[in-house]
Amino acid sequence: MGALGKPIILMVAMYLFLKFVLPNIPGSAPLPSSLIFLYLLLTASGIVIYETLSGESKDAFWGPMQRFLTGKNSGGLQVLRYGVLILFPLLVGWETYGSTASSDLPPTEGRTIHPAPPGEYTGLSNPVPKTPENIMQGKGFYAAFCSPCHGGNFDGKGPAARGFNPPPANFADPTTIAMLQESYLFWRIKKGGVGLPIEGAPWRSAMPRWEVELPDEWIWKIIMGEYDGAHQSPRTWE
Amino acid sequence: MGAIQQGVGTIQRVLRAVRGRGGWLAVLLLIAGWLALPSIGLAAEGTSAGPTEYRDIPYIGSRNLVWIVAQLHLLLAGFVLGVPIFAWLCEVIAWRGGEKRYDKLAKEFTKLLTSAYATTALFGGILLFLLVSFYPKLMNYLTDVFFPSFLLYCLLFLLETATLYLYWYGWDAMQDGRKKTLHVFLGFLLNFFALFIMIVPNAWATFQASPVVIAEGTAIERAWAATWNPTWWPINVHRLIANVVLGGYICGAYAGVRYLSVKSTEEREHYDWMGYVGNFIGVFGLLALPFAGYWLMREIYQYNQQMGITLMGGFLSWLFIIQAMLIGVLFLGSNYYFWLGITYRIPGSEAKYRRSMLLMLISLLFCLAVWMTPHSLVASIEEAQKMGGAHHPLLGVLGVMSAKMTVANLMILITFMSFVMYWRAGKQDTAGWAKLGKAVMSAVLVLASLAVIVLGVWGYFVPAIVRINYFSTSQVLIVIFVILTIAPLTALLLKSAKTTTEMVWGSMPPRAGYALVLNAVMIILLMALMGYARSSSRVHWHVYGVMRDSSPYAYSPALGSASLIMGFCTFFFCILVAFIFWVATMGDKAKAAAPPGKRELPHGIPAMAGGAPEERQQT
Repeated sequence: MGALGKPIILMVAMYLFLKFVLPNIPGSAPLPSSLIFLYLLLTASGIVIYETLSGESKDAFWGPMQRFLTGKNSGGLQVLRYGVLILFPLLVGWETYGSTASSDLPPTEGRTIHPAPPGEYTGLSNPVPKTPENIMQGKGFYAAFCSPCHGGNFDGKGPAARGFNPPPANFADPTTIAMLQESYLFWRIKKGGVGLPIEGAPWRSAMPRWEVELPDEWIWKIIMGEYDGAHQSPRTWE
Repeated sequence: MGAIQQGVGTIQRVLRAVRGRGGWLAVLLLIAGWLALPSIGLAAEGTSAGPTEYRDIPYIGSRNLVWIVAQLHLLLAGFVLGVPIFAWLCEVIAWRGGEKRYDKLAKEFTKLLTSAYATTALFGGILLFLLVSFYPKLMNYLTDVFFPSFLLYCLLFLLETATLYLYWYGWDAMQDGRKKTLHVFLGFLLNFFALFIMIVPNAWATFQASPVVIAEGTAIERAWAATWNPTWWPINVHRLIANVVLGGYICGAYAGVRYLSVKSTEEREHYDWMGYVGNFIGVFGLLALPFAGYWLMREIYQYNQQMGITLMGGFLSWLFIIQAMLIGVLFLGSNYYFWLGITYRIPGSEAKYRRSMLLMLISLLFCLAVWMTPHSLVASIEEAQKMGGAHHPLLGVLGVMSAKMTVANLMILITFMSFVMYWRAGKQDTAGWAKLGKAVMSAVLVLASLAVIVLGVWGYFVPAIVRINYFSTSQVLIVIFVILTIAPLTALLLKSAKTTTEMVWGSMPPRAGYALVLNAVMIILLMALMGYARSSSRVHWHVYGVMRDSSPYAYSPALGSASLIMGFCTFFFCILVAFIFWVATMGDKAKAAAPPGKRELPHGIPAMAGGAPEERQQT
């Protein structure tokens, strides 16, 4: 059990770390099972690679398993083998049932957060000059129309945010609007959640279709205000 | 329908005519008529009013059939165009350095090449017929744009074939003196034509994704403008490197399989060495491949935001997580092979390097974990609510390019250091400046790794354009600097080093052979995956923004369905390559089995069918 014990302890420790330690770090949250599975898979791969680097370590690693499966019947080994033979398929069956049985929960489905914009919105540039006045005006429009959900600090934590799923975008996060061109934001604000293409489903965003409320010029100014307020820059090619 | 009825009527008339001449003839004709029915059905669509735009085929569908044949052709072509590069380099090494084993290896690579060449051409021909049959409107348009380059391609193909014949059949006859120089020149020409055979069709494929259309000018001017489109050179560079990687890993897998099956010590040593060379070539290309891929994606994104987002943020973005997994397995597999080499080929080295191997393995797995972490996670509603959305508040930052580029560069550095470790194993430095040299190398490595990480983190706080144009480029340049500094310094150190443990070839365990096969399967899957991504990024356009796909197949298949086709292409390609190599080595096995007096095979045995021309004993 010597050489096999360390890998088992490592796997258990990794699971406990991912399940209970990482989520409790300030600013963190529980990891979805898909991510835990991915990291455990990598850990298991690492163990197999390391333990099979030499003949001795390979024998020490596989030896107990090999002896258990093919060794002489002594000390009730036969009973244990039968136990594994029965328990292992049951475990696989239980897992399979758990992952395929119908439940009252909505199905897990990868939603594309940033689907591709329609052709007519690509290549548009902000027609409003970037002046302090226009930025201030944009921030004012933002405060009036956007901040109830996206927050006064541009962090997606407005007073109404808690009621929505998916939650409003956090513009201060460098992985959101900083990755996008201004024309993309123009499309999203103008068309809202109902204008998302099919890959944006399920649970489309509750973002209103602002084109019915706001003129294009205001939208462009809001975009300017958003980037400035969130201390981000739009993606450009110059 | 008219055509079908006409066809059935014809069959009935023929049956009446042969009545009385024996039932067997009627049955035969009936079978022939039944087999011909689908073709009548296909032709039926062509008889409708107006020019035919599309034809279809029952069950499998025209798009799937073209997809499979195109992918197989591309994989075979990648092998056929990648192998001559290192076959020729091996020949040059043998020619200049006098090591005959490199010449033998080059010849063995070329044998695989000649065997695969005819099958590649065959699949190219099938693909052309299918495209002309199923997509006449598109092919008519492409012919109109590219007619001069079609002719050029035919000429290049003739030249490539003639050169390959001369190169292969002339191998034994051109071994000495000036004849060898001529043979090496033929190898150069082979690669020269192969390069153009690759970049000319690349223009057609890239034109479909990023077209440049000019209405005026001569046919040559229009073809030239269409050829020089924004993604042409990025694809050329990316495919050239990828072909070398594919060729290297497939040759490695071939050597791995032979290594597992041969009995004699001499052959085990040879195929162990060949496997090592194959893996080295694959790794050598793999180090440069992510840079080329990044440049290609950057050009696509800049060319069209919609296409860029479709690939990197839209519905195809999940493919890049699978890509990360496949590349990760490649990196792990290649490093594992190096580490096994240290343990088994250089006895006694394991204890010295085991700790370093563990550190490298942990670093590789950590980098891989970052690379494989998606920005938007697969989560149930409950899990998403706990996270506050699809992005994890802490790990979400790992899902964007700044993190991915950083870990890709670090993985390249680690793999390079694995190779350096293998290179140094079993040798003792004797140079007076060895201590200083090693300190400089360590400092360069540590500082470079830190610089790559700092730039990666800093990348989150600067505008995207600064990150893409300066930070990512700097990371790549830093890694290149490390490789260009440490490789020559190590070579200099080893020049005067004392060999403490001789390399023992043929002592690798069977799992080393399986690792080589795994690497080959991974690179094939990877090419199938990325082929789909590149092609699908055009969405419902044959020629992006110019010619819309109006066929019933103008939709992107679900990723699960697409993965079935990719899996099938990979499986079928592996079977095809195994068959080709099996046929190619039949002659060798026959020779080995024949009694000494009868070992010579008849002259003129067709190489294309897999037989090797008689080999003179050179070693």
